[in-house]
Amino acid sequence: MKVLAIDTSNYVMGIALIEEDKVLGEYITNLQKNHSVRVMPCIEALLKECNVNPSELDKIVVAKGPGSYTGVRIGVTIAKTLAWTLKIPLAGVSSLEALAANGRFFNGYISPLFDARRGQVYTGLYEYRGGILEAVQEDRNILLTDWAEALKVMKRPVLFLGNDVSLHQESLKEILGEHSVFGSVSLHSPRPNELAFLGLTKPDDDIHKFVPNYIRLAEAETKWLEQQNNSL
Amino acid sequence: MKDQLILGIETSCDETAVAVVRNGRDILANVVASQIESHKRFGGVVPEIASRHHVEEITFVIEEALRQAGIDYNDITAIAVTEGPGLVGALLIGVNAAKALSFAHNIPLIGVHHISGHIYANRLITELKFPLLALVVSGGHTELVYMKEHASFEVIGETRDDAAGEAYDKVARTLNMPYPGGPHIDRLAQEGEPVIKLPRSWLEEGSYDFSFSGLKSAVINTLHNAEQRGDHINPADLAASFQESVIDVLVTKALRAAKEYNVTQVLLAGGVAANKGLRAALTSAFVDIPEIELVIPPLYLCTDNAAMIAAVGSVLYEKGKRADLALNANPGLEM
Ligand SMILES: [Zn+2]
Repeated sequence: MKVLAIDTSNYVMGIALIEEDKVLGEYITNLQKNHSVRVMPCIEALLKECNVNPSELDKIVVAKGPGSYTGVRIGVTIAKTLAWTLKIPLAGVSSLEALAANGRFFNGYISPLFDARRGQVYTGLYEYRGGILEAVQEDRNILLTDWAEALKVMKRPVLFLGNDVSLHQESLKEILGEHSVFGSVSLHSPRPNELAFLGLTKPDDDIHKFVPNYIRLAEAETKWLEQQNNSL
Repeated sequence: MKDQLILGIETSCDETAVAVVRNGRDILANVVASQIESHKRFGGVVPEIASRHHVEEITFVIEEALRQAGIDYNDITAIAVTEGPGLVGALLIGVNAAKALSFAHNIPLIGVHHISGHIYANRLITELKFPLLALVVSGGHTELVYMKEHASFEVIGETRDDAAGEAYDKVARTLNMPYPGGPHIDRLAQEGEPVIKLPRSWLEEGSYDFSFSGLKSAVINTLHNAEQRGDHINPADLAASFQESVIDVLVTKALRAAKEYNVTQVLLAGGVAANKGLRAALTSAFVDIPEIELVIPPLYLCTDNAAMIAAVGSVLYEKGKRADLALNANPGLEM
């Protein structure tokens, strides 16, 4: 069973090809460069290197967000079009969950995070239980300080992962003290092969209806809903 | 000879569209999923919302087009996709879906300019005869394009400010009409008389460029001044007067360009080509010139669709134009 995994949801762009319990190949960059231009040529190159034809793929896995709206859409569009046209299953995995996988041997909670500007982050809470990554609290968009206060109450060590952690490290330390643990640089980029393996544990999605998990409504929609509520 | 089958994909604004065109002329399928109902509540197209809808629709629409055409991937000669201009987030969905299909089945990929698509919508009605002149009028464009042969586009005039369709939408908003305003103005204009004096912007002598922002301001001022005086202005008359001013300039310049460039065909193209007033005025302007054939596409080919993109793809394919998997969306693509 050959699985192609695609993650374009944030600056880290990752593609992996796995077969059973083997990683055949992986491509990963952490650059603020155009994913739309680069991702398809990278997929093509990786499959070619691994001597795999698109028609030999058995499943597509994609990081479905949260992240950059445009970034997530590029990966999701490619993934759903490929899965649908090759008539193979598609599984979406939280972009945060894929990042949390890097905390495999940590004894405690894992909080993967992406910066969402204006003091906010996209984050969730995960934990490895018996070697399996489980979501303890669902992914959300929250003020970092509110998140840290919520974690403080739990009185357990939390490992923070992600290239944006450095932006919030001081606030986290200040609120959580010794319970805040920070991953090393090598753990901050989500690995596409982790995404691929996580995808194997997920149920197949309905390809036609598959959309990113943006977490947030579009700004225009939020405003529109506010207006509707005000006029009631 | 084997038929040439082009799969067209268009997502530059608020329509998710996929079509199959045979030999550049015959529409086998032309599927358009419009988002207009969703955008109406915002009074215009919201780019982020448009992009989200495209992701929801894209594989549905491709499947439906293939089903209607009764073809499989092996039958497809090439995939043509709109690469620009348009909303970047919206364009990206079509471009990336097209690239995924091209990669999965090893089908040649071609990037298409949206406006050239509007022009080639005419080839789905009748064969193009060169040299020709196309009058492209849409929400984002007002252009006169000269073509001496297939796939050769020379813009001889363009708008310096608002596009005609934009002016329509703004005037409609001033008259408190719902989005999209163009068709409402057109309908209202049929009920009124062009009795209100409004300016026509001819620009400098010999120019084929357009300008509609002055006209738009004049409409707003006319309403505003009447309100202050407590006068009543018949909105139908105002709509008719506005429409007459727009059409007068469009038709006069098109007619002059057609004669100067000695063309054999004049094509109307773009969303505003659906305007009844414009259709009627163009028809009567060219009725006495039998040596110039005037072509006006039916309504369903005037608004955004993918058959027109496939029609351009057909010609570009023959010319050997190909895109690779690094093809990007280009919101400001030049013709
Ligand atoms: Zn258009």
